[in-house]
Amino acid sequence: MAEIVKKATRESFGEALVELGAENPNIVVLVADLADATKVENFGKAYPERFIECGIAESNMVGAAAGLASCGKIPFATSFAMFSAGRAFEQVRNSVGYPHLNVKIVGSHAGISVGEDGASHQCCEDIALMRSIPGMVVLNPADHYEMKAAVKAAVEYNGPVYIRLGRLAVESCNNNDNYKFEIGKGITLREGSDITVIATGLMVGEAIQAVDALAAEGIHARLLDMHTVKPLDKELVIKAAKETGRIVTVEEHNIIGGLGEAVAACLCEECPTPLTRMGVQDTFGHSGPAVDLLKEFGLCAEGIAATVKKVLGK
Amino acid sequence: MDAEKIKSLQVTAANVRLGIVTGVFHAKSGHPGGSLSAADIFTYLYFNELNIDPKNPKAPDRDRFVLSKGHCAPGLYATLAQRGFFSPDELKKLRHIGAMLQGHPDMKGTPGVDMSTGSLGQGISAAAGMALAAKMDGASYRIYALLGDGEIQEGQVWEAAMFAAHHGLDNLCLIVDCNGLQIDGDVEKVAGIAPLDEKFQSFGFQVLTADGHDFNSLEAAFAAVKSCVDKPSVILAKTVKGKGVSFMENQAGWHGKAPNQEQYEQAMAELNAALEKIS
Repeated sequence: MAEIVKKATRESFGEALVELGAENPNIVVLVADLADATKVENFGKAYPERFIECGIAESNMVGAAAGLASCGKIPFATSFAMFSAGRAFEQVRNSVGYPHLNVKIVGSHAGISVGEDGASHQCCEDIALMRSIPGMVVLNPADHYEMKAAVKAAVEYNGPVYIRLGRLAVESCNNNDNYKFEIGKGITLREGSDITVIATGLMVGEAIQAVDALAAEGIHARLLDMHTVKPLDKELVIKAAKETGRIVTVEEHNIIGGLGEAVAACLCEECPTPLTRMGVQDTFGHSGPAVDLLKEFGLCAEGIAATVKKVLGK
Repeated sequence: MDAEKIKSLQVTAANVRLGIVTGVFHAKSGHPGGSLSAADIFTYLYFNELNIDPKNPKAPDRDRFVLSKGHCAPGLYATLAQRGFFSPDELKKLRHIGAMLQGHPDMKGTPGVDMSTGSLGQGISAAAGMALAAKMDGASYRIYALLGDGEIQEGQVWEAAMFAAHHGLDNLCLIVDCNGLQIDGDVEKVAGIAPLDEKFQSFGFQVLTADGHDFNSLEAAFAAVKSCVDKPSVILAKTVKGKGVSFMENQAGWHGKAPNQEQYEQAMAELNAALEKIS
């Protein structure tokens, strides 16, 4: 067992880049005046010649990343999700997605856990936007170990990848020695047959607490950590649907276009199963401490446990 | 430039124009106006400037060309065909289902296309990224990007311009095809961009002007580009939209419209007559 680490996944992302940068001279990092917030400052200190400050100009940053990739670099274009996936969506679509260039788009400060900055910065649409681009891989790792493995996998994968980073510190859950990260393969964190909870990103830690609390009450929920939203691990979803009969998805994202809809499409087409989508219910967020906001939106252990009980009529 | 070389480039440019009209006519759509205005620039680049090899279109040390005004793909395609990247027969299949030549440049499927473009303002950023990659690798290849004067209205152009100057990308050369017209009419009436020279100067560029239909003028400008150190260059090339086809010249209506059979025949007759006159 690796040690339990409590750390924000953006920190883990920054560490991974520094480590991978030592092995792979083609990795370059582009920032748009948010080097500290996206935790790539240390990459810049270690490899200043491969650290490209673009200023507050995300559209150009993504386009420049495309040009760098076409010349053999592996660029990580980093900013808040609202800007890298949101503002620069069309550049990602046309300059990166369409030519299928080897650019990694990185979105930090996604979801409502941005907190006090409020709705203008709380991007709950990034997964929907990135999922809709043909050929784009969408990763939303849950903890320190998963993020480090995901960044490594993104470097090894030749093509466009979107990586969502979390801002809040989370306790690691993927520290067991058998842990293996593979793009498009979900992780079964808890076995169970009464119902399945499928969580992604920040919500995985909350879902573990919820599932463990439910187990103490005699409700045995299966828990899947869906670190890859696209391509979705359909096999794992269908297996869970067949074996547990009910699914609850949990994401810190609008219920439109995210994990919930990806799972819904899979179930509708291949294995119709009752589904409840937890997430931001097609509203904007607002200012407030992150943890309080997550509670208000029901995106916490208590909220997940309550939803599971309701679905099961208990 | 000696007379023989000029004549050779003029013949090539005339063939490029014939290829443009052929492609757009057979596609029954596309953008002849800006393709024709840039035909001499395309010709100069691919026959007298770029270090490229049609037999090895992905050579890592090649010069790169980005058609930031991607809708002028017929001009690029006709030039690439002339240069031997693919058969001129492809031009007749432009925009057809299953064809290699897409409505806008697709780097995945077309030999010689260095960047997929079409959404205005994006090619310049990719070109800047390529220029930076060359700098990082200590490579000597150069990057050229052709923009439309209407395209200059896109905000991303100026993000990229600041970026290119900030990083001292003297291996980046922009060419603006200043034909003065965009879809809705006169560029200055739609959303004025003047003074373009002062704008680029203040953004840290070496600014050069050229007659975009005069190979001596283009040669002088491109020579100045190569001797400039520590800053990117832009060539403001004055051109005539629809150049070479009498009824298309200086007509915004021919920005994105295909000729009918009668117009096609007239255009081809005019271009063939011009070709005959040169050779």
